[in-house]
Amino acid sequence: MYDYSEFDAAFVAERNRQFRAQVDRRVAGHLTEEEFKPLRLMNGLYLQLHAYMLRVAVPYGTLNPSQMRQLAYIADRWDKGYGHFTTRQNIQYNWPKLQDVPDMLDALADVGMHAIQSSGNTILNVTADHFAGAAADEIADPRPVAELLRQWSTDHPEFQFLPRKFKIAVTGSPNARAVIKAHDIGLQIVERDGDIGYRVVVGGGLGRTPMSGKVSSDFVTQDDLLPYLEAIVSVWNQIGRRDNKYKARIKITVHEHGIDEIRARVDERFAVIRPSFNGVDLALFEEIRTAFAPPRFRQESTAIYETARKTDPIFRAWAATNLSAHRAEGYALVQISLKAHGATPGDATAEQMRVMADLAERYGHDELRISHEQNVILPHVHKSDLPAIHSELKKHGLATSNIGLISDIIACPGMDYCALATARSIPIAQEIATRFDELKLEHDVGPLKIKISGCINACGHHHVGHIGILGLDRAGVENYQLPLGGDHTESAAIGDRTGPGFSAEEIIPAIERLVHAYLDIRHERDETFLQTYKRVGMEPFKAALYDQDKAVAAE
Amino acid sequence: MPKAFTPKVVTANALIEGDVVYQTADDRWTRELADAELIIEEDLAKLRLAQAEGQPEEVVGPYLADATPSEDGPQPTHFREDFRRTGPSNYFHGKQAELS
Repeated sequence: MYDYSEFDAAFVAERNRQFRAQVDRRVAGHLTEEEFKPLRLMNGLYLQLHAYMLRVAVPYGTLNPSQMRQLAYIADRWDKGYGHFTTRQNIQYNWPKLQDVPDMLDALADVGMHAIQSSGNTILNVTADHFAGAAADEIADPRPVAELLRQWSTDHPEFQFLPRKFKIAVTGSPNARAVIKAHDIGLQIVERDGDIGYRVVVGGGLGRTPMSGKVSSDFVTQDDLLPYLEAIVSVWNQIGRRDNKYKARIKITVHEHGIDEIRARVDERFAVIRPSFNGVDLALFEEIRTAFAPPRFRQESTAIYETARKTDPIFRAWAATNLSAHRAEGYALVQISLKAHGATPGDATAEQMRVMADLAERYGHDELRISHEQNVILPHVHKSDLPAIHSELKKHGLATSNIGLISDIIACPGMDYCALATARSIPIAQEIATRFDELKLEHDVGPLKIKISGCINACGHHHVGHIGILGLDRAGVENYQLPLGGDHTESAAIGDRTGPGFSAEEIIPAIERLVHAYLDIRHERDETFLQTYKRVGMEPFKAALYDQDKAVAAE
Repeated sequence: MPKAFTPKVVTANALIEGDVVYQTADDRWTRELADAELIIEEDLAKLRLAQAEGQPEEVVGPYLADATPSEDGPQPTHFREDFRRTGPSNYFHGKQAELS
């Protein structure tokens, strides 16, 4: 994977030195909070409900074992012994103290990491398909271009004071695991006549006004990519709404002007700036690409794996849910669930981080990934090593067999940590997971994505959950709305609103009624919740939610 | 008609630790809501908030939060303030663990 160049290291060290001095000046009273706040946000430091929070960028969700170990060390040394992996493939520390943060940033820099541009009105951490470089269905690894974009956007002088934050996601596969239609720019690597290029989707986003991105170009060549993206950001930087924070994102600009006008303006701007790109970016891209060369996959028998599948039912259940198809023969992609039933989705203790780092080093070609679904991935594992990995994961509470199932819930931090939240998210996720585990229903229910946000900003992606849950404050009481039928993949859809919300006490029984309605009306076992919803529509589910008598009669 | 004034406490986060803190009647900052000064008069609330805002080297983002009196001192009226007083509800850690 990519290692910092001397330039990267010097840049991060200089930023850390500046921030240390800024913290000193704040503590000494030479900077007011108003002056200090934008400076700390530029370095990923928030003030939340109970404490500061440091958001560390995990560019395109990729970590090596020494980075993961350093994250564990930071959690132990300066936080409460755990970290929280987020829907933006980042890690957050929930309890740092202000005067420790410069040391934490130095510790990150030691392993080529930082918290720069993990917040603020600028281009944020570029996210990518968490199966990058390993998925069987991939056209090309999206990480080299994501790294190119990181270098291009970091401290880009034109883009430090954008109308609002700006998020870019890249996928190298037609199966859009990177939620590209819900980003300001989504890039999909495509192939045309043997050439690799990019399909550019612009103006997607969730939040209070969810929109699916629209295609601005079907094919942008590698040579044209940076100037094309720069043209998009530039056009938005000029005409984006700065008068109203809630209308400032590019999705509103695209919506108000229409994709055709945006495309015309981008093309015009592109023509102006294209000549200033002299090919340095292409040389750099080639250099970066070699850093992401695939590991040397080994050829070996998978007999141990086949035997374990036959003889060990717990291993078999885990393999059935937590493995995905790898492009190399005899290999698998392993998802390590951070969703043990009843635990906080996305949390990992320092000890668990070290275990995952060790496994990646021993069996996984030194690679780890963080998914936007808040799990950790070992992208390159030979199947013969899977029984040993599973046995080690079991010892550390990391072997939950629930990837893609009802308890594999995305939940934002909600009012347990977040200052913006209007209701809690995590306890709802904990209760759903615990309840369906008690009912022993989750494997029978099959693929079902529940996504929970604790406010309309939608960090928990509730708009694109098969069952979305949105927590609001209704007259001083937590209240949960239940949009249905959302889809985060290439067939992206925003969930449909059902009706009045439910209290914290009512929401778990309401989810249970929805699931039982699905089990009653699905055609056969392999028709998923989403397929059933698309076939029959809202009505039977609405009846299950709101018409208690009918729901009872159906049982 | 203007809304009737309801009792308040002055609350903020401590500059260094980020902890939730409350202003006491004798001008200290406490971690315990029970020890906070409950202000029942609007002009005094404005004054006390202004005094808190004058201590940027101690606290960040002071504001007035609703509270009601009880035998055990001020109590929160909204669930957000209840969580701020206690700490996260997902499991026992944070403030509740430190105060116990």
